Amino acid sequence: MALTNQYIQEKLQEKFGDLVSNFEESYGLLSFEATAANNLKVLQFLFDEPSLQFQFLTDICGVNFPDDAGREISVVYHLHNLSENVRLRFKIFVPVAAPDVFTACNLFSSANWMERETYDFYGVNFVGHPNLKRILNVDEMDYFPLRKEYPLEDQTRIDKDDEMFGRG
Amino acid sequence: MLAHQQHHITLPEGSIEKQTTTLNVGPTHPATHGVFQNIMELDGERIVSTEQTVGYIHRAFEKLAERRPLYQITPITDRLNYCSSPINNMGWHLTCEKFLGVETPKRVDYLRVIIMELARISDHLICNSIVGVDTGAYTGFLYVMQYRELIYEIYEEVCGSRLTTNIGRIGGFERNFTNTAFEKLEKFLKEYPKVLKEFENLFARNRIFMERTIGGGAISAERALNYGFTGPNLRAAGVDYDVRVHQPYSSYQDFDFTIPVGKTGDNYDRFLVRNQEMWQSLSIIEQAYKKVQEFKGTDADIFHADVPEYYLPKKEDVYTKMESLIWHFKIVMGEVDMPKGEIYNAVEGGNGELGFYLVSDGGRTPFRLHFRRPCFIYYQAYPELITGGMLSDAIVTMSSLNLIAGELDA
Repeated sequence: MALTNQYIQEKLQEKFGDLVSNFEESYGLLSFEATAANNLKVLQFLFDEPSLQFQFLTDICGVNFPDDAGREISVVYHLHNLSENVRLRFKIFVPVAAPDVFTACNLFSSANWMERETYDFYGVNFVGHPNLKRILNVDEMDYFPLRKEYPLEDQTRIDKDDEMFGRG
Repeated sequence: MLAHQQHHITLPEGSIEKQTTTLNVGPTHPATHGVFQNIMELDGERIVSTEQTVGYIHRAFEKLAERRPLYQITPITDRLNYCSSPINNMGWHLTCEKFLGVETPKRVDYLRVIIMELARISDHLICNSIVGVDTGAYTGFLYVMQYRELIYEIYEEVCGSRLTTNIGRIGGFERNFTNTAFEKLEKFLKEYPKVLKEFENLFARNRIFMERTIGGGAISAERALNYGFTGPNLRAAGVDYDVRVHQPYSSYQDFDFTIPVGKTGDNYDRFLVRNQEMWQSLSIIEQAYKKVQEFKGTDADIFHADVPEYYLPKKEDVYTKMESLIWHFKIVMGEVDMPKGEIYNAVEGGNGELGFYLVSDGGRTPFRLHFRRPCFIYYQAYPELITGGMLSDAIVTMSSLNLIAGELDA
């Protein structure tokens, strides 16, 4: 039996009830939201449940919604069931003041660096991560650059000394 | 300066007593083929542990992409895996097309397949010949570079550039393939199989090469999946996952090809899988070229979809018609708003599943764009692959993983 998005949704709702919500399908891909405290339980259930078997972690990344109070930081997981060839996406939201999320490192070895990258750019604190430190940016950096509060440099600024950039 | 005033290096505590040697490989080292640093603990020549440092050429692509309209992101994707940048460009355009609901004509799909498979050949060619270099056979590398040149000439004929190609547009290509481009393609199709055969003969059953690569850097299918391996590295471990087959894009379903798989996931299997994939790519190109030739008359002039909102108008119209001029500016400056929503789309890149996760809030630029970069994900497995092995095998393992620093560091 082919694994359908509807079946996955029913299975998840049966197991987690109100803890999973906002089911939607975008471009054929099932997408839903879980509460931050349950991210690991959802991952583990999707991994273990014999009829689901989402055992390949495609990607973890962060998104910042500065205007959404209490849900500023989102962590997005993309999972793949390779034998049925079905993908899904699930998201959790945490407040920027306490961005604590449980690590998926014990389930997926690949999560290690993906979570370090998410920490590096969004400051998500992955609780239980074996080696949570910056990965692409320098260790001395004291901010999380992909958050929307750090805009890119104004392209029209004129206070730069051109001579310093070889254009003088 | 008096002798007693000289500065001395202060060694960390216990460094004299310890029985292992710390060796710093990289970040710029002739054997790393890119900016990779590894701090290794060696017991004689055996590796006890290693720690990778990455990010030396991080260029904040994801942040930059948040200010750029769609077309200005294409040159960024060039600089991910620069050994096969057309795949990245087209992967990005395919993502945009899927997101915007653009249907491409078949001829465009086939032309894209030709370019993408050429890019795959050039990517695998570099990787395999570099494995040869690291095992002591420089000749193969120099020899096949001539034939990569033929591929680059085709890119040049189609889009004007060679390495960072910025090829194509949303909906198709910037111009139709010229006769010269097809002639160059024919030349490549005629000359390359012989060369690939010769290259294969040089390595595949070469005793020195086999003894250097068999068993080195091996990984089981289970561990490879857990580490998020994709592409040839996963297939070498015995898992037949290929995005071209599992989620066909650009009409890959119209082609007849097999997915080569290995067994042990070691350096030798990775070499063989890449080698076989080049033969498969050649066959796909031949099929695609045949299909392209079937388009006659006006059909043969189709090289882009009809999407005036995203496809630049003809240059002569831009100079003579006001409406075209307006659209030209709107597209170049990215004044066309995107729909709201989010999408994950993947293509089979040179070294694995290259994914684009795009979140749009309805503005002119992505709200968030994340690149799933295959080698960033599988490079974490490197310590597990090399621990307990010899230092010289670690070098071969690194090159046979096909790590591209540009992609890894984004």
